[in-house]
Amino acid sequence: MALTPYAQALGIEIDHDEAGEPVLRVDYSNRVAGRPGFLHGGAMSGLMEMAGFAALQAELTRRGESMRLKPVNIQVEFMRGGTEQVTFAKGSVTRAGRRVALVNAEAWQDDRSKPIALAQIKVLLIPAE
Amino acid sequence: MSEKPPSILPPGTRFDPSLAARMMTRHGHGGWLGIQYHAHGEDWVELKLPWREDLVGIDGGVGGMGVLASGPIISLMDNATSMSVWTKSGSFVPHATLDLRVDYMRAATPGQTVIGRGECYKLTRTISFIRGVAHDGDPADPVAHVIGTFMATHGPYL
Repeated sequence: MALTPYAQALGIEIDHDEAGEPVLRVDYSNRVAGRPGFLHGGAMSGLMEMAGFAALQAELTRRGESMRLKPVNIQVEFMRGGTEQVTFAKGSVTRAGRRVALVNAEAWQDDRSKPIALAQIKVLLIPAE
Repeated sequence: MSEKPPSILPPGTRFDPSLAARMMTRHGHGGWLGIQYHAHGEDWVELKLPWREDLVGIDGGVGGMGVLASGPIISLMDNATSMSVWTKSGSFVPHATLDLRVDYMRAATPGQTVIGRGECYKLTRTISFIRGVAHDGDPADPVAHVIGTFMATHGPYL
């Protein structure tokens, strides 16, 4: 799976695969910094959005479907300030029908049981060709 | 919670959005994205995000060729709405984003600068309610709408 220019420029990488769903990571750097010492909320959101799209793309590939993905909306809940360390994110497909998909994503740092943010993403599926 | 930008302004200082935005958009994530000050009013702030090739999303996927990814738009709106809160409050009050919802109306036009207008429509002692619109030239044909809340973390807004 190829990450977008935005994801690559920000330093987002695929860390590993977890039961068919990619886990994304971004190392802490000035590029993702908000207030001194903390991760920017927009960078967290971008990471979770990419994780959501990656999980959806993986699911569609498993089904043998070729779709264009158009984001409809994203709702992000921030629960903790992200600190100066590596951040992970993983998406999970809640429901992918023929026309629309609902994907959840979570972001965490050193303690997976304490996510720093959650996201719900709605995506329109448009058959390619 | 998503912690907010610089404590370069001591709490209590009268908040000047044009001055503060110029300082706050130089560093960190906003600086990397190239976010700049555009305009402000009593309870709103406009920031702009010039198009850049390395901020593009999935080719043929998330919008198509050359379309700005949605992540940078979230960041633009997070920053613009955050500053609108300090503008309405009149002072720099450290706060954190509690939630943010972004509705994407359409893909941003490749090559176009995106302007994000954040507005604080209600302040309570500890919670601020914000909304915003992003467009790429015509405010009547927006790219995205946002709504969300922030919480004052180190003392009240009012």
